[in-house]
Amino acid sequence: MSVNLVDTSLRDGMHSVSHSFTPEQMAAVAVALDPAGLRLLEVAHGDGLGGSSFQYGFAAASDLEYVEAVVAVAERTEVAVLLLPGIGTIKMLAEARRRGAGAVRVATHCTEADISAQHIAWAREQGMTTIGFLMMSHMLEPAALAEQAALMESYGAEVVYAVDSAGALVPDGARHRVEALRDRLSVEVGFHAHNNLGCAVGNSLAAVAAGATWVDGSLRGLGAGAGNAATEVLAAALDKAGVETGADLFALMDAAEDVVAPLLPRPQIIDRASLVLGYAGVYSSFLRHTERAAEKYGVDARELLVELGRRQVVGGQEDVIIEVAAQRALAS
Amino acid sequence: MERRIGAAILGPGNIGTDLLTKLRRAEAVEVRLMAGIVADSPGLARAAAAGLDTSAEGITAVLGRDDIELVFDATAAQAHLENAPLLAAAGKRAIDLTPAAVGPYVVPAVNLEQHLERENVNMVSCGGQATIPFVHAIDRVADVSYAEIVATISSASAGPGTRQNIDHFTETTAKGIEDVGGADEAKAIIVLNPADPPILMRDTVFARVRQPDAEEIERSVSAMVTELSAYVPGVRLILCETDGNKVTVMVEIEGAGDFLPTYAGNLDIMTAAAARVGQGMAEHMLGARA
Repeated sequence: MSVNLVDTSLRDGMHSVSHSFTPEQMAAVAVALDPAGLRLLEVAHGDGLGGSSFQYGFAAASDLEYVEAVVAVAERTEVAVLLLPGIGTIKMLAEARRRGAGAVRVATHCTEADISAQHIAWAREQGMTTIGFLMMSHMLEPAALAEQAALMESYGAEVVYAVDSAGALVPDGARHRVEALRDRLSVEVGFHAHNNLGCAVGNSLAAVAAGATWVDGSLRGLGAGAGNAATEVLAAALDKAGVETGADLFALMDAAEDVVAPLLPRPQIIDRASLVLGYAGVYSSFLRHTERAAEKYGVDARELLVELGRRQVVGGQEDVIIEVAAQRALAS
Repeated sequence: MERRIGAAILGPGNIGTDLLTKLRRAEAVEVRLMAGIVADSPGLARAAAAGLDTSAEGITAVLGRDDIELVFDATAAQAHLENAPLLAAAGKRAIDLTPAAVGPYVVPAVNLEQHLERENVNMVSCGGQATIPFVHAIDRVADVSYAEIVATISSASAGPGTRQNIDHFTETTAKGIEDVGGADEAKAIIVLNPADPPILMRDTVFARVRQPDAEEIERSVSAMVTELSAYVPGVRLILCETDGNKVTVMVEIEGAGDFLPTYAGNLDIMTAAAARVGQGMAEHMLGARA
């Protein structure tokens, strides 16, 4: 059995540093990762192309500068970008492609796959590796999730992911979603984990056992909330489980320890706020925004996150954090 | 002397039907015809029941009526591209609710006065109608160098037109924020939320300004809420905050519940704004004849 291992240190990992990586830092990480033999390196603002904003945080450089910097050094690994319809556009994707991005992951909230039709179809027509990405998939039952995945397949996606954006799934939840997608689709199935409940590697193993052939990691577990599955740990665990990744484990360990670790402002751990993300089922990217709002308005970050979970906010609604924090500050 | 301007609505869908309800309250406009292209459509039946002439001949039926001077196009972009030159040649004014944008953008609370004599105006987008007034309100006192808006709407209110071409929303809205709102540079984001029961439309405007006077900004934004309320009674200010040179304004928009459900404030603001433009143009036409 073999799977495609995707590293998203330079996209999801951007959340860990509030989108502050420079193109030079990205290139350094890519130089270390490229020889490790992964399937894709994903590069962009944490919220994908066009994500640099008041709403999601301004990045240190433009998406195109990041793509150029990584493409210049990635000799054997294909470079991917993320695109969330409603934030990024086909025009932005075309620019990224012109600069050498060969793959795209088109991401929507798990119930809104139909807003990705034009982006997926366009990417596929251009010959890009085209992947559908269904976020916050803990909010949808497996059978309904599979119907949304089938829409993405019908638009031209070659792989469709169940994405645990809130890190709210435990292994059974991951397994059931992957099984539902596997049974419904003709194309391959992927799984993207977050570690808010400490289950990122475990969920990824469960997903692979259930038939997922694409899984994601970030070096040192970088990523929104408590981060993703650590690429180097996932590669080792998959190897122990008898799953072929083609990855050079020592190269991944070195990239994590020698290149990424020194770039981190704080270690990637499951602190109480990120644990609440997983527990309350809140989009992991909300973590830093919630911490900032909690500090500014003098309220408890955990209470904000629980209230956001109660309101069923979805990925992209970072502005509601400010609204809830301001209301709580007034009420107290 | 004529007291009302004869009008037609092209496109008897949910938008066209809601628009009809609003236009029946517009004193200077009399909707005389609802035209579609499907003979047994429920929208045409509703219009007939309301006492209107109806036709399944689409634009042809409109062009054949000399008593119609104002045409609201609630069809689709491609159809309006075809309709626009025909309406212009027939001397009929077009208020375009589609994304075609043949004519200039009009946002009633900001620039209606400048466009009262145009033969064709465009209603931008739902997010544009909701946020451009506030970008303008900030810009007129604080000079906006960059504006960014986030429109969050309920999934239930996002129709197939929006879903199939969501890039159009982000690109058109950003352009409207620059052209009409007055920002030097703009960005627009749209988020769909599937929560049940459906959420109301909520919009956030972030602006980077050159003259951050918090009191002036708050006064101008409050005044705009009042101006917008004249045709969108369901607009509610949630937050107006100036922090350094960054201004944040959040509003919630509840629809009037005429034909569309109240949560669909994003659709309601389009029909409310189009009705306001129709009333303004009709008053202007009548005034010129008096």
